[in-house]
Amino acid sequence: MKAPLLVAAVLLSACKPAPEKELVVFAASSLKDVFGALGGTFKQQHPEAQVSFNFAGTQELRTQLEHGAPADVFASADVRHMADLERAGRVQPSVPFARNELVLVVSPEASRLVKRFEDATSLERIVMGGPDVPIGRYTRELLQRASMSPLGPAFVERFEAHVVSKELSARQVLARVSLGEAQAAFVYRTDARSVADAGVDEVPLPEDLRVVAEYPIALVTKPAHPALAAAWVDLVRSAEGQRQLSSAGFLPVSP
Amino acid sequence: MTRWRRQQLVLGLIGGVLALYLFTPLAVLIGSTGTGFFSGLAHPLVWPAMKLSLSTTLTSLLVVVVLGTPLAWVVARSSSRGARVLESLLQLPVVVPPAVAGVALLLTFGRRSLLSAAFSPDGWSPSFTSLAVVMAEAFVSAPFFLQAAISAFRRIDANLVTVARTLGASPLRVFFSIGLPLAAPGLVAGGATSWARALGEFGATLMFAGNLEGRTQTLPLAIYTALETDLKVAQSISVVLIIAALALLVLVRLVTRERTP
Repeated sequence: MKAPLLVAAVLLSACKPAPEKELVVFAASSLKDVFGALGGTFKQQHPEAQVSFNFAGTQELRTQLEHGAPADVFASADVRHMADLERAGRVQPSVPFARNELVLVVSPEASRLVKRFEDATSLERIVMGGPDVPIGRYTRELLQRASMSPLGPAFVERFEAHVVSKELSARQVLARVSLGEAQAAFVYRTDARSVADAGVDEVPLPEDLRVVAEYPIALVTKPAHPALAAAWVDLVRSAEGQRQLSSAGFLPVSP
Repeated sequence: MTRWRRQQLVLGLIGGVLALYLFTPLAVLIGSTGTGFFSGLAHPLVWPAMKLSLSTTLTSLLVVVVLGTPLAWVVARSSSRGARVLESLLQLPVVVPPAVAGVALLLTFGRRSLLSAAFSPDGWSPSFTSLAVVMAEAFVSAPFFLQAAISAFRRIDANLVTVARTLGASPLRVFFSIGLPLAAPGLVAGGATSWARALGEFGATLMFAGNLEGRTQTLPLAIYTALETDLKVAQSISVVLIIAALALLVLVRLVTRERTP
């Protein structure tokens, strides 16, 4: 009779909840590198804590939070999903902590075709984010502006006709271009920087097409570790946090 | 109650836990969808995905059956060691995770692959086309058909084949007049199982084919996309896939029952 009991005990201990001081941070996929680095800083300040991240498309994290996923902090890549969660009472009032600019990146193969945004009509494989993915919504906002600009609606129609896939996070959009599967995509400036080594080029955009993403952060309602969660938000908004965000390419919050 | 019956009952109760665990989520899914089923299906995401799933899975089924039947016949008829090894290797895509299949297809047929460089210097690749969807589906579903077809061919009485050969029938004639008719139920069952697997294909498709309505967004990808916007739509599509799976399961039971009275 002992063996089965032992097995049961081992199984149960494997299912035991994570160590008590585990701070769980849900963050938009575009925050992956900078939040990872901030995790190291946080660990120095709070040696007793362990930080676990869940990076995914903001819309996916929102769905997870709505279904009761255990998290302490949520950092979103747009204000709309955050506002919906606030209204639903899933998160506490949020504060903005960073901004990020949209840029057009092209794969090495396409970079000789496209030097300016106006050349984008020669592109044949463009990827963007899905309708609920922040990067997808920002891209559509930019295209709407482009259709009002001298480029005109015909330019935008041609651009949209060559969209070959709608990905579910900003990082997946980026991966399509850096793997060379897609020729071009609108991504965040911070993400564009992270693949500059792979030969992915940034194409300058006309000034009137500037779209800037706003990132809010919030504690979830009833976090498991309120003090640590608040400390994380403080770190992100502190001079050190802002310095790391800015060196990754994020813009400071508008005054 | 005898001791025998008592112990049987205990074993049954223990096994029942697993059965309950397997059925409850599906029952909850169907139950909670309820009358929202039809309104969910009216969502613009659903119809293009349904058409695409149907056309790509039928194409992949056709490819798998046309190419897989002769392969299964050869493997089943051969008694060589190589054929045994080949039979085991053919099962590999069943146990390899779909995400791995996606990466493998991307590296082999993607834009920066060797194949793409050799066959189309201007960089054409099936990725992001409906062809990529068919390729992903065929890759993951073929082993299911092959396994069923090999064992169906193997169940054929070897004497029949020998007699046919001594009467002067050519290998092709043996294949078409003895192999195919006698193995037909097994082939149909294998085709149905493989079709079910193709309908459910998700991981390799998402990675290799991308996600675009009408072109590469099949029903499972539509579920994934809808989950983040409208749960009801995801539920309705799920129910459709459950119904399709049930129908195929019944088909498999019907055709295989004839063989084992």
